[in-house]
Amino acid sequence: MTQTTQRATLSHLDWLEAEAIHIMREVAGQCSNPVLLFSGGKDSICMLRIAEKAFRPGKFPFPLMHIDTGHNYQEVVAFRDKRAAELGERLIVRSVEDSMARGTVVLKHEGESRNKHQSVTLLEAIEEFGFDACIGGARRDEEKARAKERIFSFRDEFGQWDPKNQRPELWSLYNARSHKGENIRAFPISNWTEMDVWQYIEREGLELPSIYFAHTRPVVMRQGAIVPVNVPLVSGELTNLPKAGEEIIDLQVRFRTVGDISCTAPVESDADNVEKIVLETATTTITERGATRLDDQTSEASMEQRKKEGYF
Amino acid sequence: MSAQVEDHGLLRFLTCGSVDDGKSTLIGRLLFDTKTILADTLSAIAKTSEKRGLGAVDLSLLTDGLQAEREQGITIDVAYRYFSTGTRKYIIADAPGHEQYTRNMVTAASTANLAIILIDARKGVLTQTRRHSKLAALVGIPHLIVAINKMDLVDYSQETYERIKGEYLEFAAKVGIEDIRFIPLSALNGDMIVDRGDSLNWYDGPTLLEMLEAAPAAHTEHTEKFRFPVQYVCRPQDSANPDLHDYRGFMGRVEAGSLKVGDAVTVLPNGLTSTVKAIQIGGVDIPEAVTEQSVTILLADEIDTSRGDMIVKSSEVPAAVKQIEATVCWMAEQPMDRARTYLIRHTTRDSKAKLAAIDHRLDVNTLEKVPAEKLAMNDIAQVTFKLAQPLFADPYLENRGTGAFIIIDESNNNTVGAGMIL
Repeated sequence: MTQTTQRATLSHLDWLEAEAIHIMREVAGQCSNPVLLFSGGKDSICMLRIAEKAFRPGKFPFPLMHIDTGHNYQEVVAFRDKRAAELGERLIVRSVEDSMARGTVVLKHEGESRNKHQSVTLLEAIEEFGFDACIGGARRDEEKARAKERIFSFRDEFGQWDPKNQRPELWSLYNARSHKGENIRAFPISNWTEMDVWQYIEREGLELPSIYFAHTRPVVMRQGAIVPVNVPLVSGELTNLPKAGEEIIDLQVRFRTVGDISCTAPVESDADNVEKIVLETATTTITERGATRLDDQTSEASMEQRKKEGYF
Repeated sequence: MSAQVEDHGLLRFLTCGSVDDGKSTLIGRLLFDTKTILADTLSAIAKTSEKRGLGAVDLSLLTDGLQAEREQGITIDVAYRYFSTGTRKYIIADAPGHEQYTRNMVTAASTANLAIILIDARKGVLTQTRRHSKLAALVGIPHLIVAINKMDLVDYSQETYERIKGEYLEFAAKVGIEDIRFIPLSALNGDMIVDRGDSLNWYDGPTLLEMLEAAPAAHTEHTEKFRFPVQYVCRPQDSANPDLHDYRGFMGRVEAGSLKVGDAVTVLPNGLTSTVKAIQIGGVDIPEAVTEQSVTILLADEIDTSRGDMIVKSSEVPAAVKQIEATVCWMAEQPMDRARTYLIRHTTRDSKAKLAAIDHRLDVNTLEKVPAEKLAMNDIAQVTFKLAQPLFADPYLENRGTGAFIIIDESNNNTVGAGMIL
């Protein structure tokens, strides 16, 4: 390339962080009633650090919200509450089980994963609080339907994503305008990869729920995936009971992604700190969702389908 | 490992070409050879390749799109892909090549600092090549790599390569593109992408990846004037903390230039001046803010400032304009209506705007200027807008951040056009 004067450039993490801060501030500046989705998972933990960098010493200009399937790991739920309290920010929890009680979520059978039903509860919460924007931690590298997602994604009043009818998004000029009832999903870490997330956690020294690190737990092998069994819920009740004839083994594992217990599987690992996880991520041979999301394997287009139905 | 390795930042680039030029194969090859593709993805595309009766694994399937696109067998939208070499992170904007998708290419180009223009070695410079190059130049991409692909299908002929290079240079002189590099490739076999291969030994230049590794990242090239559009104002007014009682932080991202504590600044539009008391990220002081950094600025004097205002250095105040001439790409199915008022969003500032004149339309295939009465989807034209509010603008080619705007239709809130101020 031509000779140019090289000035200080931002490192890739600094650049990604600056972009994410800019996006969060655009949401705060353009929308009247936004909310930040916080699950206690690693991506949303990064989002909270970005929000601190964007808005401190002020309070966040939005509350935090978790759509709880009722099937979340105890450790993650405890971490979620602790983190929100440390930050002194308001946490709203809305539960898929409440939607089930109202009859707006109907499971096909008792064991059906509640993951996709989060969309219903989310839309109910959006209506209840009148949110005009939801900030989420989705990344474009996660899945091919996400690769074409905008940073500011427009949803109609049914929360539907129409891939053929998205607003053009140029430079860093974001259009968050919506009419009443419609809303915007904003994704500040769209351009981050799993590796970027771990490097950021390492650099910032962010605390994570313990299940992200290697630990021993009872599992069974089901269709090639490691499935955790006898997992205690917040209530103490055990879920993911083994099926008849399955052999329970104690395995050293960690979670690469954390979500509904029924559909997130751990990977075998002895990485018990962030540094080791960064190294393991650099040499892994399986994608994050491929290894760990049982729900994305159902069909080639399952994420695309869920997004059209209002999923993140 | 992140700590020891030198970090060369992040490069955003765009690939232009159609599937026929081997664009998807090229991207697949870059991802595959930089070990970005993991085993489960590879086994999925191996299965699909087998299902479709292909002999070898088809790397182009890595960029296979949405269900809607697969049904129609076309790419309808820009997709973003990621890879990293350990020293640098890359974001690829993968734009569809067809003429009717000019708007997608403009979208993809808007955030890119480099474009790879793909040419099929059997076909040479085509209308499409000229269109892509012209659009890349219009959107201000400073670096072009012309990749002459499918060299395996022309027996790796140096003569063919030199002929196409000559053809392209002749055309490029007319368009005014300056920094152009050429490279012969076979994306299919992986020659000269990450590895050199054995078939192009007459070529002694860098591989494609080496070119990307050496290309300057965004915003490193000009000494730009400091521009800071205010996004949000932080006034904590925390009664428990008297220190914060007078805190007034102006939050935004540095669109250009840099700023140090003590610098003299002017706040637009009110024109009041002050000096920089502190620069912070997350409430923590830093000595200097540089381009593309998101910071909070505190001023020595109390100045009433809100979203849409701009902080600049007092020695470099931009013009406040109420009429702009711009190159516009129309992006909506409904043509631009001269009788209507639109909303222009420039930095963090909005203004109502009316079309005053269409100077000419650009035929992106012949590169000719033609008279025009209306603007339809994918049209590119030079126009004049009258504005209700002044904008603090720089010419786009001097500064993308303060030279770019989008056009919004207030009736449905859609983004209907993109503009670059002349």
